[in-house]
Amino acid sequence: MKFFYSLIKKVSYSLLLLLAVIVLNFLLLHIAPGDPVETLVAEMGGATPELIAQLRSDYGLDKSFPHQLLNYILRMAKGDLGMSFTYDQPVVKLIMGRLAATMILVLTALMLAVFLGTILGIMAAQKPKSFFSGFVTLISLAGYSAPVFWTGIMLLILFSYLVPIFPSFGMYEVGSSGNMLSYFLDVLHHLVLPALTLASIYLAVYSRIARASMMDVLGSDYIRTARSKGLSERVVVYKHALKNAVLPVITMAGLQFSQLIAGAVVVETVFSWPGMGQMAFEAILRRDHTLLLGILFFSTLIVIVVNLLTDMSYRLLDPRIK
Amino acid sequence: MNKEPILKIEDLCVDFKTRTGSVRVLHHINLSVKAGESIGIVGESGCGKSMTALATMQLIPTPPGLISEGSVLLKGDDLLKLNEIQMRDVRGNEISMIFQEPMTSLNPVFKIGMQISENIIRHQGKTKKEAQELSVAMMRAVKIPGAARLIKRYPHELSGGMRQRVMIAMALSCQPSVLIADEPTTALDVTVQAQIFDLLRDVQQDMGTAIILITHDMGVIAENTQRVVVMYAGHKFEEGPVDEIIHHPKHPYTRGLIRCTPHLKKNMEHEREELSEIPGIVPDLSRLDGLCPFRPRCSEKRRQCDEQMPQEIQTGDGHFVCCWAAGEDQ
Ligand SMILES: Nc1ncnc2c1ncn2[C@@H]1O[C@H](COP(=O)(O)OP(=O)(O)OP(=O)(O)O)[C@@H](O)[C@H]1O
Ligand SMILES: [Mg+2]
Repeated sequence: MKFFYSLIKKVSYSLLLLLAVIVLNFLLLHIAPGDPVETLVAEMGGATPELIAQLRSDYGLDKSFPHQLLNYILRMAKGDLGMSFTYDQPVVKLIMGRLAATMILVLTALMLAVFLGTILGIMAAQKPKSFFSGFVTLISLAGYSAPVFWTGIMLLILFSYLVPIFPSFGMYEVGSSGNMLSYFLDVLHHLVLPALTLASIYLAVYSRIARASMMDVLGSDYIRTARSKGLSERVVVYKHALKNAVLPVITMAGLQFSQLIAGAVVVETVFSWPGMGQMAFEAILRRDHTLLLGILFFSTLIVIVVNLLTDMSYRLLDPRIK
Repeated sequence: MNKEPILKIEDLCVDFKTRTGSVRVLHHINLSVKAGESIGIVGESGCGKSMTALATMQLIPTPPGLISEGSVLLKGDDLLKLNEIQMRDVRGNEISMIFQEPMTSLNPVFKIGMQISENIIRHQGKTKKEAQELSVAMMRAVKIPGAARLIKRYPHELSGGMRQRVMIAMALSCQPSVLIADEPTTALDVTVQAQIFDLLRDVQQDMGTAIILITHDMGVIAENTQRVVVMYAGHKFEEGPVDEIIHHPKHPYTRGLIRCTPHLKKNMEHEREELSEIPGIVPDLSRLDGLCPFRPRCSEKRRQCDEQMPQEIQTGDGHFVCCWAAGEDQ
């Protein structure tokens, strides 16, 4: 019951946050110089003032600022994110077409980073002075300090040009047809490099956190108790210690999920991954406010949902939090 | 009382590697305990009480620690000759241990019942269900009210005293021959302390477990043990029956310890009135010189003390002491 109550509380906070983000996004973009109609007109190679006025009123740009904002919020509430003028399609439809690709990339990267990071961290923690532990620290540092696009391009050069084992762009082979399995394998094949790139920086963070928290936990009294029961080292480490040591990693993963989405913009651009991030990049270049606002709204929504999930999994793992 | 000891520690030496070199934290420790007997280990903080216990369980972190000499005989078999895998069958089964901090000694993310039954499953090959039932029975035996309900609780939902009872239930769940209790009540308030000691005495009578009770409180020793070992800076200074030690302590350090224990002081013969503490502080173990480590604080220092480490001598029935001054009194 307590759990349910705190869940409701969290959800209502989240909704409030969402509203704030909508307003803020709108404000930011409104302040930014440039007007989508100007861009459109420039692309068309000029237009008559009547046509420009017509376009302005079509996109609701001639209304007063509060009016525009209120309209926007109301439409959002109905799930209508407007029309993108560059694609001439509803924003929701555009985003839905890209959402899956982004989620596949981001979630794969997240899992890679959390699982690999935790395992590397644990192994390093068990022998903190070993060569392996030093090696983990080194790659962590490298992964953390290298910019994402640099890592991406390096991986591209290495594994797509010098040793061509992975495709360099896209999500699947164009024109390939076949059953579900071959499609799945095809996507997987394309996914390896972008996911590794996106995971690299977070892998570094999580392996550091896992190593520190594991070393902390391994020195604790209850681990000594577990050993005094004659439990094997495997049970001590992977049962008694892991469940405690993984808590800070999960907190961090939840907190950093928004950064992972931001990183996806870069990775999707480097690898031409047909996701939301790539579309956001294009929307910025073309000053497609409606589309950009829609993407920001969706990203916020995803981050909020993931934060809620993190929070709940934390509660499930740690009985002390109610 | 002339049974063979169930656990016999002989000549135990433990060294620790530090940045400045190797430090010996236990110097040729000898002690033994018989079935159903309670012995105490007493001494100031840092004297090696916990180290003796952990060495017995072979739970010293290696490296930096190392048991460099000696033997730990359980029913005549040397545990130090066992490998780690064999030693795991001894821990929690033949020798169990409870620790000072009941607040942190239980794993916060597992249920109480699981933490007790885990020991039973590990050593007795019982099913989960049988182990749960045995756990409840064990919790009843250590007088935890509402045991059947409590197995589904987490440690943070229990009081300190209850958690220590859970630790005791866990430690005794496989009927070990030896229970090592390392300052089991230091973190608890006085009434709970008394309850825990009563409980230990009861289960000992029921199960015939040998108990090694570690404490820095001579009063606790006097009330709860039959024999006592006095330690200082990794050395054993004195050993003997509790009554004998309290009424006729031979080592100046033992006398000092008793003198700072309020309700024991009066028992000692010809002693000054006031409660006093031992002047000076415990020495740095890395600076010991092979002579008596208590020498700088000792009020009865002799010429020999600066020349040679005294040998252990017997001054009475089961009473041993390691001091030049005590030798002269003979
Ligand atoms: N990792 C280590 N490196 C070097 N010395 C250590 C290490 N761990 C413990 N020691 C030393 O071992 C000695 C014995 O410690 P031990 O924990 O047995 O003391 P204790 O008698 O149990 O004290 P307390 O009453 O505080 O529990 C201490 O002087 C301590 O400095
Ligand atoms: Mg201790």
